[in-house]
Amino acid sequence: MAKKTIKIRAKMSGGKAAVKALVKHPMHTGLAKDKKTGEKIPAHFIKDIICEHNGAKVMHAEWGVAVSKNPYLSFRFSGANKGDTIKISWTDNKGDSDSAEAKIG
Amino acid sequence: MSMKRRTFLKGSLMTGALGVAVGAGLLKPKTVLAAWPEAAFSADTMDAAMSAIGGNGAAESDQIKFVKTPEIAENGNVVPINIESSIAGIEKISVLVNNNPSPLACQYHLTSNCDGYVAARIKMRKTSDVTAIVKAGGKTFMAKKTDQGHHRRMWRLISYVIVR
Repeated sequence: MAKKTIKIRAKMSGGKAAVKALVKHPMHTGLAKDKKTGEKIPAHFIKDIICEHNGAKVMHAEWGVAVSKNPYLSFRFSGANKGDTIKISWTDNKGDSDSAEAKIG
Repeated sequence: MSMKRRTFLKGSLMTGALGVAVGAGLLKPKTVLAAWPEAAFSADTMDAAMSAIGGNGAAESDQIKFVKTPEIAENGNVVPINIESSIAGIEKISVLVNNNPSPLACQYHLTSNCDGYVAARIKMRKTSDVTAIVKAGGKTFMAKKTDQGHHRRMWRLISYVIVR
């Protein structure tokens, strides 16, 4: 599965893990029209994105069409150590999904 | 489009039942989530969205702050929203854009280890309030910020004449 849509930066900062991720995804609202064909581009957006820390779910975000293209995610949590694994996975309205892992630096 | 919607609704109804069963502790899947809240995300008025996410009656709180969120957004397609909240026991933070066609933009379910902080980049059609609803310890709180989502600028082209 070599999709590679997720870039993760996870760093320890002030005793907490700061996780930032950038996901490559068009996040089409379904309202915009294709400039060439004049037809509406169907909605294509990430619905759920989960972050797991060492296998346990830490954060789950639900996104709608209002989230910008190539969405950004950022949050902080405690109870993590340098070297721990962060895994981020998303699923979209078409059933596509992807996930990526990174170690907390 | 209506065919898709029907199957989509059927799908979300099914997962709704599953979600209830999971909630009741009858099923114990590993990382199955509650169904994506279709009704909340497709609510097209602020009132409908607020009641769908359980935000009605939320108390205004000064412990929810919009940090580095601009008054005027450079680009209506990418408006950075950063929410910091010091309320204890935060379970969920919802971001709503009052004047968007579907006000609910995103929701974050946080575990007890998480800081009350989320960052998002959202689309805003026009000048609007951005409302954050924080659900903590069984209560809901809210805060608002006014954002000029779509700011048109007219640039005057100045041509330089080089005189040699």
